[in-house]
Amino acid sequence: MHIHEYQAKHLFARYGIPVPRGIPAHSVDEAEAAARMLGGEQWIIKAQAHTGGRGKAGGVRRVACLADVRHSAETLLASRLVTRQTGENGLPVDSLLIETLTPYTAELYLSALVDRGRACIVFMASTAGGMDIEEVAARHPEHILTLPIHPLQGLQPHQCRELGFSLGLAAPLVTELTGIMQQMYRLMLELDLGQIEINPLVQTADNHLVALDAKIEGDDNALYAHPELAALRDPRQEDEREARAREHGLSYVSLEGEIGCMVNGAGLAMATLDVIQLHGGSPANFLDVGGGATAARVAEAFKLILSDAQVKAVLVNIFGGIVRCDLIAEGIIEAVREVGVTVPVVVRLEGTHAPTGRQLLDASGLSLITAEDLDEAALKAVEAIKA
Amino acid sequence: MSILIHQHTRVICQGFTGKQATFHSSQCLEYGTQLVGGVTPGRGGQVHLGLPVFDTVAQAVRETRATASMIYVPPPHAADAILEAAAAGIELIVCITEGIPVLHMMRVKAALRDSQALLIGPNCPGIITPGACKIGIMPGFIHQAGAIGIVSRSGTLTYEAVHQTTRAGLGQSTCVGIGGDPIKGLDFMDVLERFQQDEQTKGIIMVGEIGGHAEEEAAEYIKAHVSKPVVGYIAGLTAPPGKRMGHAGAIISGGKGTGASKVQAMRAAGIDVVDSPSQMGQRMSALLGR
Repeated sequence: MHIHEYQAKHLFARYGIPVPRGIPAHSVDEAEAAARMLGGEQWIIKAQAHTGGRGKAGGVRRVACLADVRHSAETLLASRLVTRQTGENGLPVDSLLIETLTPYTAELYLSALVDRGRACIVFMASTAGGMDIEEVAARHPEHILTLPIHPLQGLQPHQCRELGFSLGLAAPLVTELTGIMQQMYRLMLELDLGQIEINPLVQTADNHLVALDAKIEGDDNALYAHPELAALRDPRQEDEREARAREHGLSYVSLEGEIGCMVNGAGLAMATLDVIQLHGGSPANFLDVGGGATAARVAEAFKLILSDAQVKAVLVNIFGGIVRCDLIAEGIIEAVREVGVTVPVVVRLEGTHAPTGRQLLDASGLSLITAEDLDEAALKAVEAIKA
Repeated sequence: MSILIHQHTRVICQGFTGKQATFHSSQCLEYGTQLVGGVTPGRGGQVHLGLPVFDTVAQAVRETRATASMIYVPPPHAADAILEAAAAGIELIVCITEGIPVLHMMRVKAALRDSQALLIGPNCPGIITPGACKIGIMPGFIHQAGAIGIVSRSGTLTYEAVHQTTRAGLGQSTCVGIGGDPIKGLDFMDVLERFQQDEQTKGIIMVGEIGGHAEEEAAEYIKAHVSKPVVGYIAGLTAPPGKRMGHAGAIISGGKGTGASKVQAMRAAGIDVVDSPSQMGQRMSALLGR
């Protein structure tokens, strides 16, 4: 899960990682009050949305009078921010971060993340801060320094010094960098985070290091242990159906096509999307109903899929292992009756008691289309839309 | 033969008296697995499913001489359960639990480097040698003893491969679900190496998915060390970047871990990669000339 920049900076401040003075605001009046409280003559107003590339998208503004604070706040709060990461719909801007101006002379990049291949936390750093780090990685991989941390030994000061001097920092700044890295590492472990990114970490005009931006990604699997982090989830920044699916314990991802999918197992669900496209169709969603596909879960999944107006057909692909297919078939019939499905539904049932399951579907009187394997099911779903 | 487990493998279950563990343990017993006891702290001395319950894995190992453990302990305590099994001298640890924090697994993985124990999973269906031993949640009856080794990151896609090879009359030597988490125990390479050495295994089906780099590494390994025919399938070719597709490990991040790069690496290594998972069994039959 992601949190907002102002929330991440609040955590940074708590851990002693230097950030600019700033105050979050949720309205134009709050924005003006924040600027007054911060004082000074210039401010930075930053739209709070869960996306990168906010600067280029006009979501970060420098203003020099209180009237402009109000004007910028009004514009940003009324807008949806569209960046290269958001898609054309963009994300709502419900809050702003008002900060004092931080004059700087250089921009660095610094992040800590879990490296799955090495099975450890790595720090990544670069003197090419402020830029899209993926672009830097693609074009100039030699500009990125990578520091793997032994999971049992932990981050050592000498590793931080090594990194700092390699970045070309003077000794006093290397000391500051060491402090920042150690606090990032502590934050990462204490909150079980997946990633912390500071882009840019700037060298200020008066020669200190300050985190101008802050991005924190939590581990969904660890939120049970960190209710204070879980409370920072902002459902308005998420796809509506994805948020609803999570409430029901379903794993769902919105896509842009026409064939709604209900599958048991994440791998089979991904494969179902691929095979639909292989046969010329386009999937509307990824949906894993899980191992125990009960009637109630199937009904909930149908409701979710059909709440997407783009859906013109539904493909159900279930490999019944421990769960018997005849029971799943009953669940599907019950769900289709209860929800009142009006689009064609193609069902592929395989595994335990599959023939019985198919017979039940055929005898149900509902216009369900049955298929023997995934290829046939995908073809039939594509044809059903054309018909 | 088979790999990793056989008909005499003595197995215990951690988290034994829980609902899931009880259901799947009884299924394993029915299948013929030598399940010899279980562990639930605080319930030592009781009898569950006709088997002794112990407070600690060390006690269970002492009393039952078990060498393998099947873990259903809930996510917050699963890492501890894995380390307890390793400390007690369990040789093969199979962790079914889904939803373990990634930093927990990072520490477990580091700790296991200094241990003799092998870990399968977490977030996996387990391992089965058909007709001999089933440790996990897979439906036993779709399997048939035979010639194909199956290794997969996905549960239900493993069942597809099993179902198809059974129907094609090929059967399976051993099937290993290595799990859908980003940090896990055995990876493709570890299992492929064992399939290559196993005489019973005549062909290998490898099912991967987006995220990480393990399939690319496995492809290089196969090119250099595996002489048996390999059929491959990669799920998630059309998945959008940055989205977690169900499995914690199935995500394309920073342009890395795409399905296309995996398929390309696997084809370059001589692996017969099929476009649809429905074709895995047929293709293996064709490669083996059956």
